[in-house]
Order: sequence, then C-alpha cells, then structure tokens
Amino acid sequence: MSGGGIQRVCVVGAGVIGSLYAAHLARVAEVLVLCRREEHARAMNEEGLRVSGHHDFTAEVQAATDLSDLPEADLVIVATKTTELDAAVSRLAGHWTGAALMTVQNGLGAEEVAARHGDWPLISAVTFMSGTRHADTHVEYILDTESWLGPYGETPFALAQEIAALLVEAELKASAFEDLRPAQWSKLIFNSTVNSVAALTGLPHDSHFAEQVRVEQLGHLVSDLMEEGKRVARAAGIELHEDPWEMNMLATRRGSRHYPSMLEDVEARRPTEVDQITGALVREAARLGVDAPLQTAMYRLVKAREASWVSD
Amino acid sequence: MVGCGAVGALFAANLAQLDDVEVWGYDVWQEHVDAINTGGLTLTGAGEVVGRLRATTDPAEIPPCDFGIVATKSMHTGGAVAAVAHAFRNGSVCSVQNGVGNEEAIAEHVERVIRGTTFPAGKIVDPGRVQWDVKGDTTLGPFEPSPAAMEEIQRLAEACTRAGMPTEAVPDARGPQWRKLIFNASTNPIGALTGLTHGRVCENQALRALVSGLVDEGKAVAAAQGIELDEDPEQLIDYAARPEVAYDHKASMLQDVEAKRQTEIDFLNGGVVRFGREHGVPTPLNDAVTALIKGVEAAWAA
Repeated sequence: MSGGGIQRVCVVGAGVIGSLYAAHLARVAEVLVLCRREEHARAMNEEGLRVSGHHDFTAEVQAATDLSDLPEADLVIVATKTTELDAAVSRLAGHWTGAALMTVQNGLGAEEVAARHGDWPLISAVTFMSGTRHADTHVEYILDTESWLGPYGETPFALAQEIAALLVEAELKASAFEDLRPAQWSKLIFNSTVNSVAALTGLPHDSHFAEQVRVEQLGHLVSDLMEEGKRVARAAGIELHEDPWEMNMLATRRGSRHYPSMLEDVEARRPTEVDQITGALVREAARLGVDAPLQTAMYRLVKAREASWVSD
Repeated sequence: MVGCGAVGALFAANLAQLDDVEVWGYDVWQEHVDAINTGGLTLTGAGEVVGRLRATTDPAEIPPCDFGIVATKSMHTGGAVAAVAHAFRNGSVCSVQNGVGNEEAIAEHVERVIRGTTFPAGKIVDPGRVQWDVKGDTTLGPFEPSPAAMEEIQRLAEACTRAGMPTEAVPDARGPQWRKLIFNASTNPIGALTGLTHGRVCENQALRALVSGLVDEGKAVAAAQGIELDEDPEQLIDYAARPEVAYDHKASMLQDVEAKRQTEIDFLNGGVVRFGREHGVPTPLNDAVTALIKGVEAAWAA
C-alpha cells in the first residue's frame, strides 16, 4: 500500500489504457473498474485482468457497470475515449465527493468537461503507454512509456506527485509536473499530426514519417504540420516540454511501427477522436487568430473520411 | 494509337471509321489486342461504333505513321513512347493524357510533339469493348519546346472532328490543359483520401473550401507561366457536382486507390508543385496532398 491517502482507485473505462492502469495499480492498491458491458464486468470479476508483454501477471479487480455496486474510491482515473468522456463523468455526478479525479484523454479540454459534473480535485494526465487488447480480460503492454501528471486548477501539486509515486510503485513509468500544459501541448501537436497522417495514408507511424530527402516525402508534411502546431502553442503562451518533431524522430528511429488509434479507428470504420485532437488544435488556432491551413486541411479530410462510411 | 485504354479506344475506334485513315493500336494487354483484331474495337453508350483496326503488343509490327496519339496512364508515357518511337521518325506525336509532364516525356523520344487535352471519358468493360460515358471536346496545340507544325496539328484536328471527336487546333493549348489539370488536381486526391464521390465532396462546405484552396494554388502557378485559363475550373467543379452530371462519379484516383493501383499523382498535384517551384509560386496544399497520396501508395508496399 502507498504511504499516502490513496487506498482505493476506481478506473472508469477498461480499454487498453484503463486496463493497464487497473491491473498494475491492483498490485499496490484496491482497484475497482467501472465499465459499460455487463459481461465485461463479469469476466473481470471471474478471471481477473491479465497483462502480457512488458510485464506478465494477472491482477484481481472488482468490476461493475453500476457505480452504486462499488465502494467509494479515493482516486478515479477516467480512461475512456475522449468521445465517451462526458457520458462517463456524468455517471459520477453527485457521488464520491471526497475522491480526486484524473483525466487521461487525448487532446485538450478533458478537465473542463469533467469539472462540469462535480467539484472533485482534478488531475490532468497524458500517457504515452500503448498496448493491444486481446480479450476483455487480457491486454498486452507494448510501449512502456511515461504517463505525465499535473494539478488542474486549485488542485495541490502534492496530489499529482502522490499519484505519480503510486503509479511508479505499481511499476509503471510516471512523472508529475507543476504545469502539465507544456507536456500536454507537445503530445497534442504530435498526436494531431501523426494520427491524422496515419489515418489518411494507412501508414503506421514508421520511418516514412521522418523521410525528408525528396520534396514529396511525408517527413516534410509532418514537419510542416508540427511547425503550424508550434506556432499555435507559442500564441497560447505555451513553452513546449518536448519538440514534437524530436518525438517523431525518436519514435520512428526505434524501428517500431506503431498503429495510431486514429488509423485503427479508420480501418474499423469507427468514429475517430479527430474532433478532440486535430479539431482541438484547429479551434485553438482560430481562437488565437493563428493561421493553420494544413492542420485544418487534415481535420477536414479525416472528418470527410468518417462521413464516407455513412450511406456508403 | 499508343495505349488503347478507354480514352485511346474512343479515338482509335472513331478514327478507324474514316476511309482515308489507317489506324494501328499499340497496347501491352494481349487479350484486349486479340479481341480488337478478331472482333474490332466496340464502343457503346454515348455512341455506338465498331472500329476495325490493327492492334499489336509488338512495337516492331507498327509501320511508319504520320501521327501518334498517346493515351497511356501518365506513368507509362516514357516507356511506351520509347518502344514505338521508330514509327514516328517522320511523324508527330500528340498526348491526350491527364496532367502535365507527358509532352516532356514524349519529346525525349520524338521530335515533333503536340500538346492535347481531351474531355471525353469511358471505361473498358471487356477486352475489345469500351463503354463511352461522356462526349467532349479536344484541344490540340504545339508543344512549344519541340513543336509540331501548325499545319499538321490542324490536319489531325480535322480528322478527329470528321471522325466524331470534335477537336480544335489552337496556337496555345496550355489554357485547356491547365483548366483540366487544376480541375483534376483539386478534386481527384480529395476523393481518393476521403472515399467520397465528386458530388459529396462538393456539398461538404469545409471540404469544398479545401478544393478551392487547391484551385487557387493551381491558378497562381498557371498565371506565373502566363497561361490564360479558357474557363474557370471552379465552374467546371460545380457543374460536375450536379446530380445529372457527375455527382455519383468516383474520381479515377479514388478508383485507383480502391484497387491499390499506382495513381497519376506525379502528373497532377506533383505537376502543379513542380511548375510552382520552377516559377517561385508556393503550393503548400498541393505539396500536402501529393505527400499524402504518396503515403497511401507506400502503405500498400509496407
């Protein structure tokens, strides 16, 4: 158990990221999982939650589809897709008023959505972990990269530090920042670019994204898109934590071929998170009066690609 | 006729109707060539025509010709013309292909080149059989760096017109060529990247604005070369979006992407980018869609 006040954690949403948090944290705290499907909850209660890949273990969790079936938690980690965030947090409204709430959604504005439903102390987080879901109770831990946490609004920094320490104790990588926005924006610009380029071309995030020898190569477009994003960040007064282009070079140099979630969504013809990722950047650009024609073009193209599945 | 795909077939079958013209067809597709030699080249749809011509896959069989008309996909221009160049030592060769850059490729192998732009369209339904979807005009003119004589361009235009393919010979054919180029470069990759038909691209306001962004860059590159567009590509785009015209049409690049065939991007947006760079005109949106379509092609190989 951690030395602080966090004894019981509830993870809302048991996709890849939610499952990875829940299973790991179950080694150092009592973990509850709130999910949407009855058979999903039943399977986790009966079989536990298995992690393979970087780590290999099965954790015991208590899962339910109804909040009233769960005891009050000290910390709620909302790990749904951005598109499901509002509905997920609305289920918590009026409950667990003593808990802290952490959002880990892509894009911007998750904290504002959460704050509309209650007065919980809020923690902002972004995560670079990735994995693959093999079954309702089995997730493969693929990229063991960091989660970054920071206090939102009046939340004390110490709370972010405490949660980061708990994640580290659970053998995940995590750091706390007094101001998360520089990291959040680095990830936003990186994601907005890499996800939309992958979604439109069908390429996983691989070496094509770094090629800049010939003028028509994709690396130029990736770089131009990121430069636009950096101009928006500058106008917002954000000093980026990491240069998105360096993040791109590092990720592609490893030789990995990561499938960004937006590409997976496009291939499965599911709604993507483009509104919350590229759309968030485009809206910020408009609000700040910064031209972002390329990010805007990418946003429009992905939106139109989604529209092509309707009445196809 | 160098390349007897849909557009090549429209010219070949119609020209074969003329008593004073002997037509030879060169194509690499053996079944198509065999079908043409046995049963003729049959057009149905906008016109019903059976053209009797000699087709071959063997360049050596082709006798000296007065004119060549190249109608291959743009990426095959150089290879195809190199193979048959011997037939045009005393003739001139005309491109009726999409995009820009074909005349340059032809001029590497023959001396007298004609710049051409054509609007009729169709599709091959079976070997030897072509569906003629749309009638349309053709404009021919000299390819300035390596031109055919105006008199012979007029002779070719007159023959095509007489054969039922209305064709005009003009001193500067770049206007229609760039109008068609800008139309194609501004709509084809958008259809290919989104999966939407021409009509659905145009009724989506945000996407239509992106199309206009591409058009504006194309117009700026044309203007920098002193090319006067004969019509505004925007009008053509809106006209084609009408239900009775081409609302449901899937751009050829979308068809290529769905079939995972190499696209003509290098000769469409790639051409706008190349000429833009030569004339100091920035083309960021055309750069972007070129890179994206190249990425789509790379994903098939990955």
